[in-house]
Amino acid sequence: MAAIEMKNIVKKYGDGFPAVNDVSIDVADGEFMILVGPSGCGKSTLLRMIVGLEDITSGDMLIGGERVNDLAPRDRNLSMVFQNYALYPHLTVYENIAFPLRLAKWKDKDIDEKVREASKTLDLDEHLQRRPANLSGGQRQRVAMGRAIVRDAKAFLFDEPLSNLDAKLRGQMRTEIARLQKRLGITTVYVTHDQTEAMTLGDRVAVMKRGELQQLATPRELYEQPVNIFVAGFIGSPPMNFLPATVEGNEVTLPFGTFTLPAEKAERTAGKGLLMAGVRPEHFEDVSVAGAGSVDESRTFTAHIDVREWLGDQQYAYVPYEAEADVQGQLKELAREVDSDSLRTQLVVSLDAASQIKEDDDATLSIDTDKMHLFDPATGENLTVGL
Amino acid sequence: MKNMRGTIGTIVGCALILIWCLLPVAWIISLSFKSQEAVTVGSPGFFPSDGGGAGWHNYSDVLQDEQFRRAIFNSIGISLIATVLSVALATLAAYAIARLEFAGKKFVLTTALVIAMFPVVSLVGPLFDMWRTFGIYDTWPGLIIPYMSFTLPLAIWTLSAFFREIPWEMEQAAQVDGATSWQAFRRVIVPLAAPGVFTAAILTFFFAWNDFVFGISLTSTENARPIPAALSFFVGADPFNRPASLLAAGAVVATVPIVVLVLFFQRKIVAGLTAGAVKG
Repeated sequence: MAAIEMKNIVKKYGDGFPAVNDVSIDVADGEFMILVGPSGCGKSTLLRMIVGLEDITSGDMLIGGERVNDLAPRDRNLSMVFQNYALYPHLTVYENIAFPLRLAKWKDKDIDEKVREASKTLDLDEHLQRRPANLSGGQRQRVAMGRAIVRDAKAFLFDEPLSNLDAKLRGQMRTEIARLQKRLGITTVYVTHDQTEAMTLGDRVAVMKRGELQQLATPRELYEQPVNIFVAGFIGSPPMNFLPATVEGNEVTLPFGTFTLPAEKAERTAGKGLLMAGVRPEHFEDVSVAGAGSVDESRTFTAHIDVREWLGDQQYAYVPYEAEADVQGQLKELAREVDSDSLRTQLVVSLDAASQIKEDDDATLSIDTDKMHLFDPATGENLTVGL
Repeated sequence: MKNMRGTIGTIVGCALILIWCLLPVAWIISLSFKSQEAVTVGSPGFFPSDGGGAGWHNYSDVLQDEQFRRAIFNSIGISLIATVLSVALATLAAYAIARLEFAGKKFVLTTALVIAMFPVVSLVGPLFDMWRTFGIYDTWPGLIIPYMSFTLPLAIWTLSAFFREIPWEMEQAAQVDGATSWQAFRRVIVPLAAPGVFTAAILTFFFAWNDFVFGISLTSTENARPIPAALSFFVGADPFNRPASLLAAGAVVATVPIVVLVLFFQRKIVAGLTAGAVKG
């Protein structure tokens, strides 16, 4: 077990394009670190640099205090689970798991002990003599994990290990990985583009975009205090709503109306022209559910509900609004960066399941401006971080 | 109804192709069981006429012939050595071509193809002169070398196609698991490419075993003369009356190793061995 330190890591390909640009991340001993970002953000490249499958252009990679930049993968003593599992099809499950130990020239008796222990942990006992071709996706995934845990590696590296499983199995394996990591207490770096995995598994999460580290924080901090508009839009599902806003005095003007803003937020943002306001769907509520008296009148507005999705425990409502062309362009750009599509400018609000709002009808909603973030549209920086 | 007609069509088609391919083979076998006299007199039937059958007589004659036994030994030895060397070299070359980026990769592949297209006959003259100068005329190496140079291109092309099919992650996983590049190659890549290796081996062996031009031009004694060449020298007692039934028996004996080899390796050429390596 060991800590992994990345110092100013840069990866440039032949054409000079920096796939990873000046990234510094410290993974503490025993920590579960998540690398997350849209496709092409360099997270997998960074992982492959840790394990040694990719050369490091500049910067230092330290594992357990030792600089490993020039060590071959086999000398780094890390174990890795590949996205497509990369099991050896000509070997049985037993031999697949035993493979690293055979290479290390262990005695047969010790190998047997270790393999049986791993197979018991992963519930693979009855499959040991089968070949990978005859296993289901989830079983293959467990064999890949078995091969990783069988030797005493300094750290585990996961490269989108669950992306090939169906949704139900993914949920089960996610819990399984979390449990295993807690029990073994081993340093883990986990690459994913799935934010549920990122939020639930990680002690800390590193959000990357186009090769650069955007924010490195706990899942809660990422969700509540995103440092910029990219992190705000990437973390959370459904994503944060972005609305054009201007702040004058203590009031913020949104396409739906003008609302009072907490003094601290107003102070930092007043008079800065057109800003981007970010409000999460759950920071809206149906006034009729909350009870008319309990809501501050100055924070309510009337909206036309276009579509409503009832999910049982909650419901989403969609409220389209008109925006100026440049704001629309900016929102489109943002959507592209986080790998999603926005067809129209609309507000997504998450309402209480008890709300009786009807589709194609007007409703009175409240907005929680205490939780609102305001972003500089030019730099994307969060002007209200920490408040 | 339509399905039924399709099945019948398939059966008829297969039967036609089988008859077309196997009739000459069947005729050779039939010939090899007829006595020399019956053949000379003219025995048009497929089965030997009364008193015209020779039983296993032709076969025992052929196998007792020192020249013939020597030729069989030469053929097996030369073909096997050429196959092993060719496949071993081709495996390494094909791996480099499939996996590594190096200057001149295209050149190697194109040259290999050009060599494979070169007419064999045009090389016989120069080789004859060269081999006599080098002193390897009428020796095993004198045949092994040209066989290798003509089979290597095919083997390299076949194998590099197979190597390209193997997911690169296999090798990377092996390296992360603690394997050196050589160990990853030996313990993961080669076993996965086994069907390709066997395919290349069979093709190489066929070429070497069936070659006649080199066999007859680059040998002068039974020191290195392979079977196809030896059969053409098989004249028997009367040079004007060639022993057709003996020759037929010899041809059948020469075919047996190839058939055995194919049946043996056919089981090894299992397609889809890589299934289950990755998702799916």
